[in-house]
Amino acid sequence: MSAGTHAVEVAGVSRVFDTKKGPVVALDDVDLTVAAGEFVSLIGPSGCGKSTLLRLIADLDQPTSGTIAVRGKGPRQARLDREYGIAFQQAGLLPWRTVAANIELPLQVHGVAKGARRARAAELLELIGLTDFADHHPDQLSGGMQQRVAIARALAESPKLLLMDEPFGALDEITRERMQNELVRIAAETGAAVVFVTHSIPEAVFLSDRVVVMSPRPGRITGVVDCQLGSSSSRTDAVRDEAGFFHAVAAVREHLHGTAPVAVRGVETR
Amino acid sequence: MTSTAAVGAAQAAETRFRLSGAGSHAVLAPIGLGVVLLGAWEFGVRLFDIDPFVVPAPAAIAGEVLENLPTICSGSVVTGRNALAGLLIGAVVGVLAALVSSASRVLDQMAAPVVAALSVVPIVALAPVLYTMFGAAADTARILVAALSVVVPVYLNTLRGLRQVLPVHRDLMRAYAARPAWVASTVTLPTAVPFVFTGLRIASSLAVISALIAEYFGGPIGGLGKSITSAAAGSDYALAWAYVFGSIVLGLTFYVATLAAELWFTRHRATT
Repeated sequence: MSAGTHAVEVAGVSRVFDTKKGPVVALDDVDLTVAAGEFVSLIGPSGCGKSTLLRLIADLDQPTSGTIAVRGKGPRQARLDREYGIAFQQAGLLPWRTVAANIELPLQVHGVAKGARRARAAELLELIGLTDFADHHPDQLSGGMQQRVAIARALAESPKLLLMDEPFGALDEITRERMQNELVRIAAETGAAVVFVTHSIPEAVFLSDRVVVMSPRPGRITGVVDCQLGSSSSRTDAVRDEAGFFHAVAAVREHLHGTAPVAVRGVETR
Repeated sequence: MTSTAAVGAAQAAETRFRLSGAGSHAVLAPIGLGVVLLGAWEFGVRLFDIDPFVVPAPAAIAGEVLENLPTICSGSVVTGRNALAGLLIGAVVGVLAALVSSASRVLDQMAAPVVAALSVVPIVALAPVLYTMFGAAADTARILVAALSVVVPVYLNTLRGLRQVLPVHRDLMRAYAARPAWVASTVTLPTAVPFVFTGLRIASSLAVISALIAEYFGGPIGGLGKSITSAAAGSDYALAWAYVFGSIVLGLTFYVATLAAELWFTRHRATT
């Protein structure tokens, strides 16, 4: 299989941070492949290196050793070629810009003409259901609405890869489930591969084709769970009540805690 | 989705409504206190038969204000013009210096002790020296005194503002591979804008005070400061107080104008 067919290929990657108290191994010999159009979640406790791995893929940080390919290119070249869209836990909207101007931001950086920018922003506002808020400023929006705008901004250049670092982490549970449903729909509509960092087990299982479980000190991949909850276009809230969902949750939990799965008793909210 | 949107908009409207409600309350209470204090002052002056050179009665001052309204206004224009010119010059210098310092760590470290020293210099004390440098027939010395007193607060606040860029915005700009000039104009400078205006608000009263006090040390007549000293020297105490009243109004005008500018430029910064 040629490198170009994968959205992300991580091979033997380590990242060591030099701190005053000596070196800290954030990632140790991590291998991960994300196929084109695949939805992969990275889950694990704080300090397991899941956000570090995402930042390495995004070229916001460089590995100490190992190689990363993003859509067949080095991470730096992929970043310069705008191969990915990115969203963080903080929406990170520019407060002095309107919602539409925030969505246009990446297009503006890269010199897209005004008319084309407007049209694309209108399209994305439709996709996230905030057309009526195009001329509002971020401070007039709820947290969930701001995060939807951030996702629209990440999608602005129609990337084939979306990198998301706990984008729903600051939202309440009700908003969060609604956003998850929307993200599944958006991922299906755009056909983009997604690397999604979270520390919520049900969130990871609901969203993903595969859940990658990581453990801290040093950051390693301890297991991969295939969720197989049906194609993303047919996945709705009902999936959350199916047996397959609970089995996948139990399997992820087993990898996380290193214990044998207990009988399914329901699901924690997080 | 539309329902959450509507709720969000309604909450925003409600917040604004409540703020305006609190506003009228916040205005009425101090006005009431002011009226009570003025009444006590007037009453005290009459009861104890206090001499006008100690303190004149508010009614006497008010009479002088009404009688000399044209000269108070023209004096305010003269002093206000100097203060405004100083504020603008000082603001431009302060912002430019902050931009240079934020771009170069070395320059920043070199400037820090100088700025600290400058901030404790009583700048009006320079007025007599500046009069001899630039001549006592021109307003140059007064404008410079005002400008100098403005530079430091504007510089310090702007420099702080230029360092407030959120990590998430920095990551975003890196992910976009945006050019440094673009990052500066799109993220760094807009982030600093509220801080520039905070600096200007602090500096605005300083500019008026400096321009006014500089008049005490010489220069052309016509400003409020000169009028205060000459009225006091002529034993016209109520008139001197009337000019002091004019100075207070002038200072408040500058403060309110810069405060309004600050509020306008921070109107969307409540949440990020």
